[in-house]
Amino acid sequence: MIEDFKGFLAVYVENWSDWGPQIYEAVWVTIQLTIASFSLALVLGLLLALGKLSRIGFLRGFCTAYIEVARGIPALAILFLLYFGLVPLGIVFDAFTAGAIGLGMSAAGYIAEVFRAGIQAIHKGQREAALAVGMTPLMTFRYIILPQAIRIILPPMLNMAIILLKDTSICSLISTDELMLRAKDLAMMSFLPMHLFLLAGAIYFCLSWPLSLITRRVETMMQRGRRQTFGG
Amino acid sequence: MMEVGLAGPLLQVEDIHKSFGELEVLKGVDMTLDRGHKTAIVGPSGCGKSTMLRCINYMERPTSGHIHLDGELFGETRSGDRYTPMNEKELARQRAHVGMVFQGFYLWPHLNARDNVAIGPMKVRGLGKAEANELAEAMLEKVHMSHKIDEFPERLSGGQQQRVAIARALAQQPKLMLFDEPTSALDPELIGEVLNVILELAEEGRSMVLVTHEIRFAREVADHVIFLHDGVIVEEGPPKQVIDKPQHERLRAFLRQIVEH
Amino acid sequence: MEVFFTKLTALGGPLLLGAATTVAITLASLAVAIVIGLSLALIRLLGFRPINWLISIYVEMFRNTPVLAQVFIIYFSLPYLGMKINPFPAAVIGLGLNGGAMLTEVFRAGLNAIHYGQREAALAVGMTPWMSLRYIILPQTWRITLPPLGNYSIALLKDTAVVSAIAAPEIMFWARNLVTSTFETTFVYILAALLYFCLSFPLARMVDGFERRQRAWQ
Ligand SMILES: Nc1ncnc2c1ncn2[C@@H]1O[C@H](COP(=O)(O)OP(=O)(O)O)[C@@H](O)[C@H]1O
Ligand SMILES: [Mg+2]
Repeated sequence: MIEDFKGFLAVYVENWSDWGPQIYEAVWVTIQLTIASFSLALVLGLLLALGKLSRIGFLRGFCTAYIEVARGIPALAILFLLYFGLVPLGIVFDAFTAGAIGLGMSAAGYIAEVFRAGIQAIHKGQREAALAVGMTPLMTFRYIILPQAIRIILPPMLNMAIILLKDTSICSLISTDELMLRAKDLAMMSFLPMHLFLLAGAIYFCLSWPLSLITRRVETMMQRGRRQTFGG
Repeated sequence: MMEVGLAGPLLQVEDIHKSFGELEVLKGVDMTLDRGHKTAIVGPSGCGKSTMLRCINYMERPTSGHIHLDGELFGETRSGDRYTPMNEKELARQRAHVGMVFQGFYLWPHLNARDNVAIGPMKVRGLGKAEANELAEAMLEKVHMSHKIDEFPERLSGGQQQRVAIARALAQQPKLMLFDEPTSALDPELIGEVLNVILELAEEGRSMVLVTHEIRFAREVADHVIFLHDGVIVEEGPPKQVIDKPQHERLRAFLRQIVEH
Repeated sequence: MEVFFTKLTALGGPLLLGAATTVAITLASLAVAIVIGLSLALIRLLGFRPINWLISIYVEMFRNTPVLAQVFIIYFSLPYLGMKINPFPAAVIGLGLNGGAMLTEVFRAGLNAIHYGQREAALAVGMTPWMSLRYIILPQTWRITLPPLGNYSIALLKDTAVVSAIAAPEIMFWARNLVTSTFETTFVYILAALLYFCLSFPLARMVDGFERRQRAWQ
């Protein structure tokens, strides 16, 4: 048993000069993909949330429909549509761009709902009360609106970042050269699938777990703040 | 067993100690309750009243000491000098004979008033649905809740919830009823309806142990009052003596403070 | 227009077949995930330190790695250890284990939301711990966890798309096959996306309904 395990580890040691640099490079692509898609999702999500809350009927309808559809379709289907499905129409993306846009468009549906919940939870009356005690609109935003919005928005946002990080792996299926694809390619070449997929899994874990810990920390912090606020 | 045969007292509490980790909450408490009698336990908050009550039906296992109910050792079995704790199943069978009413009501929110009362008899004693419902309806009538029989707990006031909780305990057809500050969580205007129900039960000749801060009520229903302080009984006796002519300074201070409220 | 309908019938058939597989994988994985999640959440309540540690390790591992990696490890590594496994069971095991980790947390939150007094009242009327779990705790847990469970089911339905990567014959798998044989790339992928939407939208409406009912309860 212990011998087996030693043998198992020896494979990594043996191949590291070959795998190491390649994996390292691919991890970078995964991180870039996560940041790019998350940024897009934030911008798009905020616009969608504002659109859904707007008084213009057409805009509201469009944004509502977008959010529903984006939340009802797998990111993979969106990626395939973007990367393969638009080629006949003359729209060609490289795999990284298609991946970033597809994941971002997909996540924007959730992020829009998070923003909307944050915006709506802040009762109009609070704003008026703040103005009434003599705060300027800027102070009101800074000290009343923003802290509450962050409390509602931040934990699900962080969760979404974790989900996106993990979801970048499906970009391997449209041949984005990120961690999962590189692991798969190396697995096929070396005939060592278990080693490489376990390695990939371990790397994703190392990237995601710290984020999870931070998220949990923030969640409890926000909840504590909330209890104090309402005196419960 | 000779000394606690059927003719003996209903409840015997012998030298109960209870500690939570380092903290010794009960430091040797004895009490005896005869059939049809009512004992009220009073004392400042945190003195161990709830713990004492919860030891009686083994919701808490005493650290040492023994409970006898109706001549039977409660929560333990004995062979010679060795006492072994009962398993949960045997314990449940014994608890079925003791009704308990909590300060926080603890009605089950997913069941309506009827089912809250009927589910115990159905699952514990194996009554049929029709029979259990009939029993539940009778018990709810006793606590004057027939008109809310189909309501769910969240649609009932605190006083109404507590009366349903009393009906739930009554449906066990218990030998003994335990009340742990049954009105402490209630708005003042709702206390009366619950106390009335308890008074009616007392007049039926039920045996009960009642923890309460309602001193006037305790004097009315109880035939014995125990003043618990720091986990020991400081003073006890008939209410006319304990409440009207308290001997210990601590009890006097406690009563003064209660009356001021 | 006629061309459109000919295309639709030619391509729709295989995709619907894929949809049936998607639903089957979703239901089977959901069942596995619920069994794992509920069992582990309950075992956790018993409070055996080492066992709780193991459960936490399982939960953290599966929540912090991509489901695609999990499915690949199962599908490609089991043969390496001398066990042959087909795509469908590999998909169900992978998605089920992944969901088990998610639902352990969901059920734990549900159980924690129930006041300890509920159990005490059950014991006080003479119920055994098992009876209090069965008749008092679980029915309430169920009611509390229904919305997150619904949300998880939607996420799971969408996650099944990734098992096309191990050739489980669900919607995306069929879509890719149709594309290579018909070159109707745009049409096929739009159809596939629509199909997922038709499956998930009713679920989303149901979850909305639960949530609204739950708010009314409170
Ligand atoms: N389960 C427990 N664990 C630790 N301490 C407890 C527990 N239950 C009660 N206590 C402590 O025991 C003491 C007596 O509590 P209790 O019997 O509830 O008092 P009372 O009902 O008279 O107000 C308190 O100090 C309380 O904090
Ligand atoms: Mg108490």
